[in-house]
Amino acid sequence: MALLEVDQLITEFATDEGRVRAVDGVSFSVEAGATLGIVGESGCGKSVTALSIMRLLPQPMGRIAGGSLLFQGADLARLDIPEMQKIRGRRIGMVFQEPMTALNPVHTIGRQLTEGMLLHKVCEPANALRAAADMLDRVGIPSPDLRLGEYPHQLSGGMRQRVVIAMALACEPDLLIADEPTTALDVTIQAQILELIADLQKRMGMAVIMITHDLGVIAETCEQVVVMYAGKVAEQGSVFDIFDRPAHPYTRGLLASIPRLETEAKSRLGVIEGMVPGLRDLPLGCRFENRCTHAVDRCREQPPAPEWVAAGHAVSCLRWQEL
Amino acid sequence: MSAPLLEVSNLQMHFPVREGLFLRARAFNRAVDGVSFTINPGETLGLVGESGCGKSTLGRCITRLYTPTGGSIRFAGQDITHMRPRTLRPLRQDIQMIFQDPMESLNARHTVGDILEEPFIVHRIGDRIWRRKRVAELLNIVGLPARSATRFPFEFSGGQRQRIGIARAIALNPRLVICDEPVSALDVSIQSQILNLLVDLQREFNLAYLFIAHDLAVVKHVSDRVAIMYLGKIVETAPSETLYREASHPYTQSLIAAIPVPDPHRRAAREVLRGDVPSPINPPQGCSFHPRCPRAEPQCSEAEPELAPLTGAHAAACHLLARSG
Repeated sequence: MALLEVDQLITEFATDEGRVRAVDGVSFSVEAGATLGIVGESGCGKSVTALSIMRLLPQPMGRIAGGSLLFQGADLARLDIPEMQKIRGRRIGMVFQEPMTALNPVHTIGRQLTEGMLLHKVCEPANALRAAADMLDRVGIPSPDLRLGEYPHQLSGGMRQRVVIAMALACEPDLLIADEPTTALDVTIQAQILELIADLQKRMGMAVIMITHDLGVIAETCEQVVVMYAGKVAEQGSVFDIFDRPAHPYTRGLLASIPRLETEAKSRLGVIEGMVPGLRDLPLGCRFENRCTHAVDRCREQPPAPEWVAAGHAVSCLRWQEL
Repeated sequence: MSAPLLEVSNLQMHFPVREGLFLRARAFNRAVDGVSFTINPGETLGLVGESGCGKSTLGRCITRLYTPTGGSIRFAGQDITHMRPRTLRPLRQDIQMIFQDPMESLNARHTVGDILEEPFIVHRIGDRIWRRKRVAELLNIVGLPARSATRFPFEFSGGQRQRIGIARAIALNPRLVICDEPVSALDVSIQSQILNLLVDLQREFNLAYLFIAHDLAVVKHVSDRVAIMYLGKIVETAPSETLYREASHPYTQSLIAAIPVPDPHRRAAREVLRGDVPSPINPPQGCSFHPRCPRAEPQCSEAEPELAPLTGAHAAACHLLARSG
């Protein structure tokens, strides 16, 4: 059985103009020790999916309106707050995009790192600082004992993200959710952080959900990939299915639009015309219909259901077989 | 060969770091520290580097938003390094800028029509009717409907706002446009639309670009030549193809190796660059890259390497290359 099974997740937000569905019927599963990537553009619902799993949706606007989130036999969508607190930070760790906002500026690194460990009683209070220093050492921070007494502003961006990773991993979770963990970092620092996550994953045997807009990061780190568009899963499969045999016009469009080092300078990049529809005026049929060059009348009338292209490779497009 | 449009020689921009009661300059942030390059009419020079390498400061010096503390900037044969605002004004038509975040660079209280008309009013060009016609033309050029003129910036998406920023930059038919991270805030599918637009406009209006960005793949895609910056200095410069195929400086090589390739078959065990970029306030002695360089030798911490030609237009600042060459 999979470590995490997300089934038909629906997440809604109450807004002044009524309810909107940021995530609408998303399903995927993560095996123990594996890496799943969720890729999509701003507003596609990838972060909301992560916050739903963590039950960290902004309150009181956000709520899980349907579906289940089976994690180690428990449905996270239905757990009460004390039970969820036992899982959050202990069984599931999370790394956010912006390390400066994820860290508390008025507490020392040591205090922030030990907080989770003490809360979840994974170590004795007397040993907590020792354990925290070990953790900093594991994420590659030099002179960890000194760093424990420092504040977040005294560290560089890359070092801060290492601290955030150390906090997420302090209790040795079974699943790490990394939401754009390297987007705010320079490319050489990004390479360090991605290597670090992969390395720790191997040593600790945890599963990772890597959320990113960067197809390069996906290709580099993931085994399974979920491509999201406007709150739905457009396509999912192995990383080779997605990059070698993309079946959804959106996935194909995305792959054609990235400038690569080996393409000829000033050649034309593929484009996806138009833009993502707003959550309040979603089309009736396929959500990609208004930007899709292959759209026909029936695409506008009914939303496509996921179909199997091959074992493990599913696409939500009515016309995938003709394209 | 024609004369270069822009000629930057040994440019320096040192910001004082003021401290204490009397705010005396205790140290200098050497944001740009001896940079030289040229840009020809209709050409794109890409400028790549990590945060804090001085690439944006360099762009702002050229538009004279900053007055450089050393070196010179010549534009179309004229020295503009210390030109006074009044004499600079006619030249401002020729040098325009596109910023990263169009929401911050467009006045939220003005309609798009007002924003695009403003450059003509400032430079006293045309009458009201002519200006309105020109605004409609500009919107058409950047691919926005003419009715956009009566709407406000917040009514547009990020990609459309960047189109407005571009329309404003090209309004006065400039010869040089400084593009400072023009696509880094945009989603990939929108990013490619904007990159295509910039390439089209260059061909149509013979624009020269200084294209500043942190993403080497994006820069390489739009540039004729690329310069790599590290801690206020250019460490390597070459035609785009050469730079990618024959990167010589260890920093450029690590930069290329660090880019995640969107191809799962090419997942390579790479050499990851260790450490962080040092502070430009107190840069390392000798070659500023030596503390992170996998190939550093004793001499690298002693003398500073000069940017020396390798072959053709390819140059790099590295002791190891100078010796082997």
